[in-house]
Amino acid sequence: MVQLTLPKNSKMRTGKTWPKPEGAKNLRKFSIYRWTPDDGENPRVDTYFIDLDDCGPMVLDALIKIKDEIDPTLTFRRSCREGICGSCAMNIDGINTLACIYGMDEVKGDIRVYPLPHMPVVRDLIPDLTHFYAQHASIMPWLETKTNRPAKEWKQSIEDRKKLDGLYECVMCASCSAACPSYWWNSDRYLGPAALLHAYRWIIDSRDEATGERLDDLEDPFKLYRCHTIMNCAKTCPKGLNPAKAIAEIKRMMVDRMV
Amino acid sequence: MRFLTDRKRAEGRGAAGSGTAHHWHMQISAFGLALVVPAFLYVFGSSLGKTHAEVLDIFSRPFPAVVTALVLVVGMIHFRKGAQTMIEDYSDGITRKVLIMSVAAFSYALIATGLFALAKIAL
Repeated sequence: MVQLTLPKNSKMRTGKTWPKPEGAKNLRKFSIYRWTPDDGENPRVDTYFIDLDDCGPMVLDALIKIKDEIDPTLTFRRSCREGICGSCAMNIDGINTLACIYGMDEVKGDIRVYPLPHMPVVRDLIPDLTHFYAQHASIMPWLETKTNRPAKEWKQSIEDRKKLDGLYECVMCASCSAACPSYWWNSDRYLGPAALLHAYRWIIDSRDEATGERLDDLEDPFKLYRCHTIMNCAKTCPKGLNPAKAIAEIKRMMVDRMV
Repeated sequence: MRFLTDRKRAEGRGAAGSGTAHHWHMQISAFGLALVVPAFLYVFGSSLGKTHAEVLDIFSRPFPAVVTALVLVVGMIHFRKGAQTMIEDYSDGITRKVLIMSVAAFSYALIATGLFALAKIAL
């Protein structure tokens, strides 16, 4: 349900300002969200200064530098550093994206880094994606077949394989779902753009034999029809995908089998 | 606190088995409105600045009366379904149910009142 103000224990306060590196001439200011469940305090925004002459170009480079050289308590997820694993999704300068492929030069002024919005926070920049992953699992993200397994492989034409382009590339970073107002208000029932993009990926897979069951599972005012084509998902997707289009295609298939 | 698995929370009570009909009816009524609203605006615009008797005369003719009735009925049905979507977005529990019933009652009351007024003018 809609919640227009932050809960009392989520209101942010000004945090610590860490000293500037000595002798640095090319400084960049970072305002980073900090919260730990250990001290019972409200979240705060700490300020850090990074010497750009001694740092990689991406926001993740700066975060790693902060953790390594300034404040080892800063917590965030990261792994591949090249936009493949989806671990480092966070809100940078108001945009949900992957810190590893988001350049500091893309931000004007100070760089504000927050966790993905409207997700429970585990600590600092780490959101709790448990529900998000469970929703993904609920759409059965695997090939469902009824025919006996072929001797060699499930064949697919080049044309049918091409239909999966723009869908299979999703790295489940949750940037799109965390940018969707419908998901903010109704994430308990609405599957969100990421899970629906994956649902569509399996619905149109020519080898999958559970198309009807998959559509039946989405025939719901909340699971699917909370999407109002706001398009934040497509705008924010760090991989350049278009979940809103996939959702529109599911709706079209729903209508096609009814009318 | 309830000890539910993550999957149980995500699945909830399963799919309701409806939603597409609502979506399709919204598309139908939107298409209908796209056709009749320009005609209604023409009729309404042509009656602006006229005397009371002239306006009554315009709306007693078949085409303006039928167009106005269509805008009223299709428009309010479209409004009812759209408002229901909005209510589902922003409220929950018993509030949601009461608001949906209220908006439906309001819409049908407005249709009935409008048609009655139109009939009184046209007939």
